[in-house]
Amino acid sequence: MEKSDLGHHISQQFNQELEDVRTRVLQMGGIVEQQLNDAIMSLTTMDMTLAEAVVTNDYKVNRLEVEIDEECTHILARRQPAASDLRLILAIIKTITDLERIGDEAERVGRMALKFSEADSKETKALIGIEHMGERVQKILHDSLDAFARMDAEAAVKIAQQDKKVDEEYENILRQLMTYMMEDPRSIPRVIGVMWSARALERIGDRARNICEYVIYLVKGKDVRHISSDQVQKEAREHHTNKHGED
Amino acid sequence: MTETSETRTHGIDFDALKRPFGASDLSSEEIALEVKNLDLHYGSSQALYDINMVIPKNRVTAFIGPSGCGKSTLLRCFNRMNDLVDGCQIKGEIKLHDEDIYNKQVNVANLRRRIGMVFQKPNPFPKSIYENVAYGLRIQGVNDKRKLDEAVEKALRSAALWDEMKDRLNDNALGISGGQQQRLVIARAIAIEPEVMLLDEPASALDPISTLKIEELIYELKQNYTIIIVTHNMQQAARVSDYTAFMYMGKLIEHADTNKLFTNPSEKQTEDYITGRYG
Repeated sequence: MEKSDLGHHISQQFNQELEDVRTRVLQMGGIVEQQLNDAIMSLTTMDMTLAEAVVTNDYKVNRLEVEIDEECTHILARRQPAASDLRLILAIIKTITDLERIGDEAERVGRMALKFSEADSKETKALIGIEHMGERVQKILHDSLDAFARMDAEAAVKIAQQDKKVDEEYENILRQLMTYMMEDPRSIPRVIGVMWSARALERIGDRARNICEYVIYLVKGKDVRHISSDQVQKEAREHHTNKHGED
Repeated sequence: MTETSETRTHGIDFDALKRPFGASDLSSEEIALEVKNLDLHYGSSQALYDINMVIPKNRVTAFIGPSGCGKSTLLRCFNRMNDLVDGCQIKGEIKLHDEDIYNKQVNVANLRRRIGMVFQKPNPFPKSIYENVAYGLRIQGVNDKRKLDEAVEKALRSAALWDEMKDRLNDNALGISGGQQQRLVIARAIAIEPEVMLLDEPASALDPISTLKIEELIYELKQNYTIIIVTHNMQQAARVSDYTAFMYMGKLIEHADTNKLFTNPSEKQTEDYITGRYG
């Protein structure tokens, strides 16, 4: 399935509905991406206003989730989509659930930033690792949304593999934070805050990976959840050669 | 009563969930009908091109495709209804349990007893409801009142009509509703206990509730019969069938498990048709 295929239904109305709902998902993705960027920025720079904005703006993400869900329900009820159209709607329903959760994690990071700035504690040393991990997670989220927009399964396979690096980085940060806590037990409450933020970023990586898996399902019709990344690569490639092989 | 089974939790019997999820596979099915290299011409124009397929036993197979794609023509090949069409030439073979139905020794009337057919418009005879169902048996020479009574009741029950019809068996069949007439015609077909039932658009002239009753009936009937249904209504094919065959311009494009065909078809032409796209 290619993106250009969306517009080829005999029913113009149906074309429009699918294009609308897809555009909304991308809009929601854009907002979530912005939320994540702002949250990380507010944490690393201790920008209280930005952190407050992140916390208040989460409602936009939630509202879009509800709206898109409703639109998908209408399409299912009225159009009974089949094949790639059906997979598109299912992929969208799942993607927005993950996007909403990513929004929640960004909000959590924002709240953590608020807490830090209220306590006026500059935890710069502990935050160095977070900054780097944050950049990586931002990139993964951006790329997975891009793969969704372009319906690019091959890119999705590659991006999904990046999540492993996030997990490794998370482990490293945990070890580092433990050393800080041992060095100075008074820092424990603050370091735990940093730990929660790292945890939130790690979860965002997982959820971006989920979105990649939905893209693979949407394009290839293969469910690649809960299998090894080698297997994912194999499935995606295997099916590609068979799928619509004649044209 | 103690719940001994480990699989029984919260009162849910997980053992009962025998039906496997995911796609089923044609190659693991027992075969009722087999089509090999079938070509069909109406005069100079070719209507079917090199059809090869198997129809699994006690399953519902749906034929879908745009008008004129050959699905009804193929359906009619199964009980040699095309023999009645002038200038119709058939090459290739169709086997019913390993027996070539186009063999010269085959008694066509006997074949049509084994492979029954129901048409788009209900066509009851202008007789009583009872006589409609008993008709096939009477032709076979059954005249024993008790045997006929039994067979009529059984057929009407199988067609989910008994409760509605038991008090009016002697009413004229033309006086009942279209949906009831169609179920009556199905009862008439199953009274002679065929092996295969061919349904050509059986619900397209019916209202949605009667349609659902026919679909429910199809689901019940597949316990005992092999069913092939031609339908323009793709959602109907998706609802009732185990396997779906998509035909286009006289060719069989794709024949697969219905779940697979409607979620992830292999062929682009199938995809375009079931999603309502330009070819």
